[in-house]
Amino acid sequence: MTNGGEGASSAMVRVMLPQHLRTLAKMEGAEVSLEVASPVTARRVLDALEARYPMLAGTIREHGTGKRRAFMRIFACEEDWSHQSPDAVLPETVASGKEPLLILGAISGG
Amino acid sequence: MSSVRVLVGTRKGAFILNSDGKRKDWTVNGPFFAGWEIYHLKGSTVDPNRLYASQSSSWSGQVVQRSDDGGATWNPVGNQFAYAGVPGTHQWYDGTPHPWEFKRVWHMEPSLTDPDTVYAGVEDAALFKSADGGATWEELKGLREHGTGPQWQPGAGGMCLHTVILDPSNAKRMYIAISAAGAFRTDDGGETWKPINKGLVSQYIPDPAAEVGHCVHHVAMHKARPDVLFMQKHWDVMRSDNAGDSWHEVSGNLPTDFGFVIDVHAHEPETVFVVPIKSDAEHFVPDGKLRVFRSKTGGNEWEALEKGLPQKDCYVNVLRDAMAVDSLDECGVYFGTSGGQVYASADAGDNWSPLVRDLPGVLSVEVQTLK
Repeated sequence: MTNGGEGASSAMVRVMLPQHLRTLAKMEGAEVSLEVASPVTARRVLDALEARYPMLAGTIREHGTGKRRAFMRIFACEEDWSHQSPDAVLPETVASGKEPLLILGAISGG
Repeated sequence: MSSVRVLVGTRKGAFILNSDGKRKDWTVNGPFFAGWEIYHLKGSTVDPNRLYASQSSSWSGQVVQRSDDGGATWNPVGNQFAYAGVPGTHQWYDGTPHPWEFKRVWHMEPSLTDPDTVYAGVEDAALFKSADGGATWEELKGLREHGTGPQWQPGAGGMCLHTVILDPSNAKRMYIAISAAGAFRTDDGGETWKPINKGLVSQYIPDPAAEVGHCVHHVAMHKARPDVLFMQKHWDVMRSDNAGDSWHEVSGNLPTDFGFVIDVHAHEPETVFVVPIKSDAEHFVPDGKLRVFRSKTGGNEWEALEKGLPQKDCYVNVLRDAMAVDSLDECGVYFGTSGGQVYASADAGDNWSPLVRDLPGVLSVEVQTLK
């Protein structure tokens, strides 16, 4: 896997959110494109997402600690990045916008 | 002409029911915040178009929504509830110390004088206040830090601060209740608090008459007589005539004195409503009959109200914040069930009919009487 984004000043990253969060943020469409400073990491993507949609603060990451909420998951290129460091550089295909970064609610509950 | 707006929080969204003052024909609007748990929503008495809603989920945590147009449109406001200082520990179910952790807002209580000021009762138990319409929240830390906090334990539903009552005659006085710590009062606007549990007896705790540790389910007050309080405890219906300084039992002839809701008639301070639930092990109405019990004597003597309510094969629960009254001349009473029905009586409980039957399980019901 090649990591992307090194050397560029910023990149347009696509992010796909679960329906509940899209509704909360009053988004139109299934995904949003965000300008993210390189190198592209999950932390930077979520920072950009919360800057655009402040109502999402606290819904994916906890207030205060910044930790990923237990039932929220992050997938890149069909791989679970939930347990990776938030500062790990995301794959080139996500950083370049070819593939979206997926934020999912864990399949649980009723 | 007057009208009535009923605010219903459910396990899968909020609903707003509207009628004119006749209370015969109702419209059902919603779901708002579909798919989310709406523990509570409530309107300001100063500006009835100002509503606050607590929206939460296990996945995405807490959101607070605000409407400035009576619920037609909503916008998320602040959702950061940070305990003041180092929050320390309370007791866990097994008696070991457990760190205080914010989980959700159980109850929103708008100020009686300022639509931008609102209180939030939260789990793990604490009281927060916003003075900017919900944008930012600050803990009234004197409650959690007054001294007994490390002894508080969660009830089965969590360690929740679920009841907030503002005294209309004294802006400095406020009551709150916590499962399973008990009731508390402030006389200085929330700076300092004291437990007000004298007279409560709970057989299931090590010291049945302890200062704290009682599972208070709900407390109600009549605004014209704010020193008189009625309480539905885990078991026992209680009454205080001195602002909570002492309590005495008024369960009287109730078929069971376990329950969650309690409320007071809008115009008759001695008329009280409860919905007895079979037991703490069986959270549904006894004998398959949904009955509201009314006392016109401030407790002890209760009559069953059943006209229009299901009287066989009914096994629903009515949760602590799921009953409310309107203030029309003939007092209306409203409650919602775990089965998703919202029932109403336009004649103080004599006759009931469902406003809507098939909502998700009802968590809370509030009523606004609009001029």
